[in-house]
This record gives sequence, C-alpha cells and structure tokens, in this order.
Amino acid sequence: MSAVHNEPDHADHAHAEGEAHGSMRDYVIGFVLSVVLTAIPFWLVMSGALADRTLTGLVVSGFAAVQIVVHMVFFLHMNARAEGGWNLLALLFTVVIVVIVLTGSLWVMYHLNANMMPHSAEMAGRAMADMP
Amino acid sequence: MSTPADAAALTARYYDLDEHDHPEGGSTMLGFWIYLMSDCLIFAMLFAAFGVLGGNYAAGPGPKDLFDLPLVALNTSMLLLSSITYGFAMLAMQRGQARATQGWLIVTGLFGAAFLGIELYEFAHLIHEGATPQRSAFLSAFFTLVGTHGLHVTFGLVWLGVLLVQIGQRGLIAANRRRLMCLSLFWHFLDVVWIGVFTFVYLMGMLR
Repeated sequence: MSAVHNEPDHADHAHAEGEAHGSMRDYVIGFVLSVVLTAIPFWLVMSGALADRTLTGLVVSGFAAVQIVVHMVFFLHMNARAEGGWNLLALLFTVVIVVIVLTGSLWVMYHLNANMMPHSAEMAGRAMADMP
Repeated sequence: MSTPADAAALTARYYDLDEHDHPEGGSTMLGFWIYLMSDCLIFAMLFAAFGVLGGNYAAGPGPKDLFDLPLVALNTSMLLLSSITYGFAMLAMQRGQARATQGWLIVTGLFGAAFLGIELYEFAHLIHEGATPQRSAFLSAFFTLVGTHGLHVTFGLVWLGVLLVQIGQRGLIAANRRRLMCLSLFWHFLDVVWIGVFTFVYLMGMLR
C-alpha cells in the first residue's frame, strides 16, 4: 500500500491495530469482478440463454454467492486478522444463523403447504387417509 | 538468600499497574460490525418471509407482470458505482485529503440518491398499477423487504450528509475517520444485501 499513515496516534497504542484498509487495487478488482458477476446473471435471465429454468436459477444463485464473497473480501476487507479474528467469528456465527433461518423457514413452510392445502378431492381424500 | 525485591517480583499480581490507554472508540469498529450482523439477521427474516410468501399472488399480478429488469439493472449499477466511489473516498481519507474525501462522498451520495429515486419511481409505478402492499402476500413481502433496504439506504444518505458537514468543520480528525470507516462498512453491507435482493426477488421472480 502506497498511502503513508502520518497521523500521530496510529502507532502508539495497541488497541486500534488490525483495522483493515483497502487499496486502489482491491477496490478496482472488486468492482470489475462485481460488474461481471452482476451482468452475467441479468443476461442469463433476460435472454433466456439456458432453456431450463431450474438450472438458470441455480446458476444465478451461484453467481450471487460468489459476488457476496467478492464484496466481503474486496469492499468490506474481511480477513482472519481484522479485530483479532472477532469480525470473522461474528460473521461465521451470523452465516450459521442465516442458513438455519432460511432453510428452516422454507423447508417447514413448503411441507405445510404440501400437506395442509389439498388441491383436489383425490388429494384431500389421501390426506384424510394418512391421518392417524 | 532472597531479597525483598525478589520476593515482590515473584508474588503473583492480578492487577495491571502500567497505564496503557484505551483510546476513545477503540472497540467501535468491532461493535459496529456486530450491529451489522444483527441487521443481517433482520434481512434474513425478511428474505425467509419473501421465500415463503413469494408465490402467493392471491390471483393478483406476479413478478412477470410487474418487474422491469432493465430498470433493476440500472438500479443495481447505481448502487455498485456508489460502492466504488465510497472506496475512493476512503482512499482519499487514508491519504489525508479532506477535500477529495468530501468530493467522493458527494459523488457517492448522488449515486445513492439516484438509486433511491429509481426505487421510488418503481414503487410509485407499482402502486399506480394497483400492485399495492395490500394486494397479495407476495406484494406485502416484496414491499417489506425492498422497502427496508431502501430505508437503510435513506439513513445511509442522512449519515453521509452529516459526515460531510463534520469533515467540513473539523477535518479528518480521528473521530471523523472512525465515523467514515463505520459508514463504509454500512454502505458496502447494503450493497451485499442488494445482491440478495436482485438475485432472489427480481431474477428468480422472473424465472418462477
């Protein structure tokens, strides 16, 4: 990094160390990657390049996941050293909770929909027969 | 054999005599990060609600009738551009250039305002077509999720304006640098949330 830290209070104390600073290179790489990772999913959906919708959905989700990591690394300067690793630990904990919330909600509610809302008399009859 | 001085040195001490300073705001960055993680959980709940309710149109309009992808792409590019211009503001701050920092912050604010303007135009258009939050569970979840993100951007813009004034008055003092770094996290975090919004609400909505 070419920037010179000339503020007097930066080196004296140990407590403010570990702040992550970005560099011009980081921001430009992050921006270019983000543009590419945004343009491809939009193009995929708008042009319908992939015939299979489920496949398109999976590919688009994959691009989103990669772009989130790119933003974390290049814009939010996430690494294992920032704040002595506590930043990363808090992030990992949050990711675990988010995954539980999202998959849990979708899973439970999908099964509720499938089991509680019969769409035809035949399904209704089967649902009744399945009841204990 | 042992002198009193040695004995004193050997005695275990459970208190800290040398005064080391805990500078003001020394733990602010970690605290702000933990706030952002809690904010992340709010958005996770709203995404979960949208995931569950996103298909319940109540015989009303669905994503294909409502969403205009070129407009969403324009909106996304506004937010992405504001992210990199905020990065340039941070680089100017690291070089100690107050004027350049303010300039890049103003550019960031303009991109953020453009994003909000486009989003409000979209909302007004939807409501004009009768696609109000009351219309269906899908639209309730949509307006709550996208509106909460827009509200965050609004408060980010207010914060940005306040920081512009504070830098103008005091320059790049340590407190202002800390505030700029907090807003940097906040602003980039909102861009991360927007990745989830345009992917799972708009793009996946068009695939339904």
